[in-house]
Amino acid sequence: MTKELICITCPNSCRISAELGENGTVSVSGNLCPRGEIFASNELTCPKRSLTTTVRTVFGDMPVLPVRTAGEIPKEMIMDAMAVLSGLVIRERVKCGDVVVRSILDTGCDVIATLDL
Amino acid sequence: MKNYDVTVIGGGPGGLAAAISADNAGASTLLIEREARLGGVLKQCIHDGFGVIRFGEKLSGCEYATRLIRELETTGAELMLSTFVSKAEKQRDGYLLTLTSRGGMERVFTKALVLATGCRERTAKQVAIHGTRPAGVFTAGTAQAFLNVRGQMPGKRCVILGSGDIGLIMARRLTLEGARVLGVYEAKPDPSGLMRNISQCLWDFDIPLHLSKTVTTVHGDERVEAVTVAEVDEKMRPIAGTEEYIPCDTLILSVGLIPENELAESLGVPLDKKTKGPFCDQSYMTLVDGVFSCGNTLHVSDLADYVSESGDAAGRRAASYARRERSLLPVNISRDFSYVVPQYIDLEADLSETVFFFRTAAERKKTKLRILLEGVEIKQKQYTGLRPPEMERIPFDLSGAGLTKDSKLELLMEEVRS
Repeated sequence: MTKELICITCPNSCRISAELGENGTVSVSGNLCPRGEIFASNELTCPKRSLTTTVRTVFGDMPVLPVRTAGEIPKEMIMDAMAVLSGLVIRERVKCGDVVVRSILDTGCDVIATLDL
Repeated sequence: MKNYDVTVIGGGPGGLAAAISADNAGASTLLIEREARLGGVLKQCIHDGFGVIRFGEKLSGCEYATRLIRELETTGAELMLSTFVSKAEKQRDGYLLTLTSRGGMERVFTKALVLATGCRERTAKQVAIHGTRPAGVFTAGTAQAFLNVRGQMPGKRCVILGSGDIGLIMARRLTLEGARVLGVYEAKPDPSGLMRNISQCLWDFDIPLHLSKTVTTVHGDERVEAVTVAEVDEKMRPIAGTEEYIPCDTLILSVGLIPENELAESLGVPLDKKTKGPFCDQSYMTLVDGVFSCGNTLHVSDLADYVSESGDAAGRRAASYARRERSLLPVNISRDFSYVVPQYIDLEADLSETVFFFRTAAERKKTKLRILLEGVEIKQKQYTGLRPPEMERIPFDLSGAGLTKDSKLELLMEEVRS
């Protein structure tokens, strides 16, 4: 079955047709670069997304700290990851790029601050 | 009174880039920001997708701003935060700025001025929504600031009007934070945002997108209780009998951005009706000598990367600005374009790093863009498709083209049959 996808890797937003073959191979067309192929093949087998959100802090000058996953995590774990992060309170000053959660939900993917607190 | 070669007004992705490049080019530089922190709108843009072009990686808006701020800190540019430019006056050799801050009022003099004041959001009144004026009606950017900077939820059951990128981003953001987004309504027959945002912000979370439908009425006294939506005809008029009553507590508007040019207008800078920003030449100088414009002040861009690119150029050119006569050649465009920036080429300035940015007026399939000089093609580029929400960029070295002040330079689009 052919699936029509929009690649989210870069602003080109390539419209990609992707097909999962019987032996697990993925054939892809419409992408302008190799990143589209990786995106499409993930999308058919294990869709992944980065998560960007905020976590609470104890500091009045910045009540919430913007964070993101350092890489991508399985799409179906996004809401579970949100649940973990909504329970978190940052009690120490951190810098942009510092790890605030190591390997969230054992995905191997850290959650990092994206602003100086 | 302090005296600078270049003063940049606005510390977002355009102004930061302009201040860095002006300082790097050897100009004594001042950057003025009205808020307490640098970064402009990027401070509330916690989502990623920034920097793919400029830094070669996918960053959040906050990280993108942090990189530029760190770079600025390595320069000698002076910085004034929580400072508002209340007046700009043209003088013989430059501009006199009146500044207001907690320290009181002061004046500075600058030879060249870079306007990097960004843009504003259109409001409910500007899109003619009727009904009461209860709490719970937000522009997408205001809702974004509440949630991402103050950590406060704007509402629980939300309707979003307009499919601009910030609206799409907020649909996802509100859903992640536990709100119910009932739908995104777009009066036009096509979505306004980038396709990747339709995909990752709406499709991923099963948020419905309703095209050719708009919000006609807001209901509620203290707080929004519901909105009425209706289908619209091709002239965007609501069609009687198609109304639908949708109970909700929040209406979020993502209905367009308008370049902020109050200071420019006070200096008599002529504005392009299409871009709503100043007319400019390839050095990003407006039609008033010594006043430069960049980023969303000039025309609303899809990407912060493009905003900073014009900031780089405007800052560099402002640094080397010398009083001289310009020789401006208009850039002619066909009706196929919504607009092209720059609108003029200054034949006395460097032509080698000219970059044209344009938007198509209507959605198109395979298209050839042609640049003609005296009717003869000097450059062409093919596109597999063009959409009005997606800005296109064509760098073009015009130095060898042989332009004169009587030349006819024009940009055209042609359909390509496959």
